[in-house]
Amino acid sequence: MHIPDGFIDIPTSVAFAGIAATGVAISLKGAKSSLDEKTAPLAGLTATFIFAVQMLNFPVAAGTSGHLLGGALAAVLVGPWAASLALTVVLLMQALLFADGGLTALGLNVFNMSLVGVWVGYAIFILVKKLLPKNKSSVSIAAFLAGLISVPFAAAGFVLQYAIGGTATFSISQVLTAMLGTHFLIGIGEGVITALAVGAVMASRSDLVYGYKGTTQTLETRVKE
Amino acid sequence: MRKQNKFLLAGFVLSLFLAGVVSNYASSSPDGLEKVAGDIGFLENAKEQANSDGLLADYGVKGVENERLSTGAAGVIGVIATAGVSTGLFLILRRKNGANK
Repeated sequence: MHIPDGFIDIPTSVAFAGIAATGVAISLKGAKSSLDEKTAPLAGLTATFIFAVQMLNFPVAAGTSGHLLGGALAAVLVGPWAASLALTVVLLMQALLFADGGLTALGLNVFNMSLVGVWVGYAIFILVKKLLPKNKSSVSIAAFLAGLISVPFAAAGFVLQYAIGGTATFSISQVLTAMLGTHFLIGIGEGVITALAVGAVMASRSDLVYGYKGTTQTLETRVKE
Repeated sequence: MRKQNKFLLAGFVLSLFLAGVVSNYASSSPDGLEKVAGDIGFLENAKEQANSDGLLADYGVKGVENERLSTGAAGVIGVIATAGVSTGLFLILRRKNGANK
């Protein structure tokens, strides 16, 4: 999913770098008011864990692999603002230290993974959680679907960038079909890892999970009634 | 606070293990975007990244011959660097929040 330099032309890359920078600036503000002494270190750990798991490519189809993006996972654990920042730190480390993902493409990658991946994942998580009974396993199911659906959306972000400023001339619909098909498969892996990781944190420290906090309050209210 | 520290330490050690050891068992097939680019035919549009000769490029430590060691060490360095930068950032943001109140 990390776009290398050269796939998308410079004007488009610069434009998306501007959007990405704006998104990061807004996330800095949002995270400032949502982090406390317990969740700030958890946000750091979330970024660290996502960096590690992004190294673990799993096979999805003949000759293709995928790895966790982590946007939905981070959003569920620490909320969307801190999640966007966590993913951006991961992408910066990968591009600057490991030459993974292009330098001119950094804004494109931040847009797709730190903004689209996180916010689509978070929106799906909230939506699914609303539809399900309020308990811990609903959080895992919602996390699974959030992970699953966030990946094709992030892939669609690339297709959008390709449509605006791709350096190749292959048809957009051909790229769209291939990207969505492949990334739906990768999304299944994303969903499984997201649900497992959220489930593990829920089992040991559910009080830390951003996406579970609202649920506990509702439960307490119901008991009192 | 002790319970919190235990949890954070466990997560950090798990990350070190995943990036330092399990990473050697990761699939080396091209990822989704790379595969699509190769199949459709725009993979050759990719340009060499400016850091591609860097000390840690492509998740290996330059000069370390043993591939397992090289990947594992790169992973460990990445985990420590990511933990340092991200935790530092979030703690600074948290402190600013406290100062505003």
